[in-house]
Amino acid sequence: MKKTIKKIWNWIDDRIGISQNILPILRHPVPPKAKWSYVFGTAVLFSFVLQVVTGIGLSLLYQPSSKDAYESLLFITNKAKFGNLLRGIHYFGASAMIIFVGIHMIRVYITASYKFPREMNWISGVFLLLCTIFMGFTGQLLRWDSNGVWSSVVAAEQLGRTPFIGKYLARFLLGGDTIGGQSLSRFYSYHVFIVPAMIFLFVGLHLYLVIQNGISEPTKAGRLVDPKTYRAWYKNLLKEKGVPFWPNAAWRDTMFSAILIICIVVVAFIFGPPALSGKPDPAVLHTSPTPDWYMVPFFALFALMPHKIESIVMLLGPVLTVVILFSIPFISNRGERSPLKRPWAVYGVICVTIFAISLLVIGLKAPWSPHFNTKPVPLSAIKSQNPDSTIIQGVHLFYSKGCNYCHKINDYGGIDGPNLTTIGNRLSIQELTVRIVNGGKNMPSYGGILTKDELNNIVAFLKSQD
Amino acid sequence: MNEESTNRIEESPKEITRRNFFLKLSLSLAGLGAAAAAVPVVSALIAPLLEKKNQVWRGVGKVNQFQEGTTTLVRFTNADPKPYAGTTAESAAWLRRNEKNDFIAFAANCTHLGCPVRWEKDAHLFMCPCHGGVYYANGTVAAGPPPFPLTKYQVRVVNNEVEIKTAPIPITHIGSKSV
Repeated sequence: MKKTIKKIWNWIDDRIGISQNILPILRHPVPPKAKWSYVFGTAVLFSFVLQVVTGIGLSLLYQPSSKDAYESLLFITNKAKFGNLLRGIHYFGASAMIIFVGIHMIRVYITASYKFPREMNWISGVFLLLCTIFMGFTGQLLRWDSNGVWSSVVAAEQLGRTPFIGKYLARFLLGGDTIGGQSLSRFYSYHVFIVPAMIFLFVGLHLYLVIQNGISEPTKAGRLVDPKTYRAWYKNLLKEKGVPFWPNAAWRDTMFSAILIICIVVVAFIFGPPALSGKPDPAVLHTSPTPDWYMVPFFALFALMPHKIESIVMLLGPVLTVVILFSIPFISNRGERSPLKRPWAVYGVICVTIFAISLLVIGLKAPWSPHFNTKPVPLSAIKSQNPDSTIIQGVHLFYSKGCNYCHKINDYGGIDGPNLTTIGNRLSIQELTVRIVNGGKNMPSYGGILTKDELNNIVAFLKSQD
Repeated sequence: MNEESTNRIEESPKEITRRNFFLKLSLSLAGLGAAAAAVPVVSALIAPLLEKKNQVWRGVGKVNQFQEGTTTLVRFTNADPKPYAGTTAESAAWLRRNEKNDFIAFAANCTHLGCPVRWEKDAHLFMCPCHGGVYYANGTVAAGPPPFPLTKYQVRVVNNEVEIKTAPIPITHIGSKSV
């Protein structure tokens, strides 16, 4: 029996050439001591494979049509066996892919692995980064709930800021003048065929380059990269101290990626996929579009930057980022690689990371958004013990006129404007009146909206908050 | 053919021209084939830029359905909806009746980044959920980041029926002015 299997294997191996061609690649020598900091690229690759596999699973259940997509999402989430888990894995897999693309990129940058001769490794990686972001964005649209529909409008608006051709870019993205039947078909094609095909292509190139140029050796302060001598030196290093990739180095990649995938499945099982927001009806306007977490920093940036410059930032920001990313290996492709000797590179990474995480944290809070779902301040929560009718009227008006959406009193209300719990201490009746009538930078002027009585009631209520 | 004659052929300039000819011919044919197949694919890709869409007037209700001084959500079918568009065949607008036949129709999109503004009828304000844009009842900016007042649709009254002219989703761009 064993003999027969061996015979069959030998025949297959002979005809396919596994021992002859594939195994030598798997066993190619890599520098020694390339340990846990080298597993992140594989982690991205395995998350991508997970995305392909779960994506195929979802495509068996999904209807890529503007009319039916939402219904099929409801079916996947609520009815299909393991459908909820499948969506969850695809969502958390996407999150993992984005996180590990970032970590992999940071690792490569602070150890300057993009230097000679690996410039093309970096460039193909930048293409993969852009593809990954695009996949994250289009994937969110395919849910085709109100969030998906309005997110595509927001994206079209951003493209629309491009001078001269903005209108055409926006039209191109939506597939027409408005959201419609054609929009989802296009997003589906981008997300499922066009961009994955590009990812396969660039992953192929990226991996080929890893074999062609070898992985970068662990850094050592003072050991400089010199394009004239590096290749010969690297070859010699592998000859003298190299270890086979499989299994000496690859077991770490395998273990890390396996644990990652198990974690993704467990997290997906516990938390499930993001809830669907309402129907994809462009006429249902009581909806608050919020992007998935990895898009939130951009969303936050648009809320926080001075609005005079935002058209320019929306255009130049992405263009400059891409230009800088592509030019990094050409700005400096030789010399020191050790992060110990490149403090500015480390400092830059720390700054960018803190910037992105801060935007994410504040973006998730979104203090600039009115809180439409806030509850009115109950009479038990106001300062006045025995409120007269003007104050009671004022409390009601404070809610119905929208003040509550942005101003907090005790635990009730939004946080866009100042907290007014003790405003009666700070402002006189006259000052309160002036503020409300005139408004301010981020507050409408209520002069034309409130009647004299309404104004007096609100002022009376606020004055009683002392 | 023995080895000698093979060498002789390769060295002959005339035979190289012949081989070159076939090489070039095959590459040209491959290019032609690829180009021919690409035409309909590229056409499908850039279809939105090729289509010329005519905007049309759509009725949204009788005049007396709308009280004077109020703002109401109306919905209407887009200019050329696909049969498989479902609910996305429609757009929404905020229709304000000032008096008699004086109507204004605001696009529901915030001029900042296109999020859906909602009419707060007690507060008499349009509010955007995304970045805190606020507009007065006449569409002018009251607070927040919007660079322009709310975009307006063309609106008319024909035979006591209020009609709105369809339009592309309003796109704010550098140097643009509100309609």
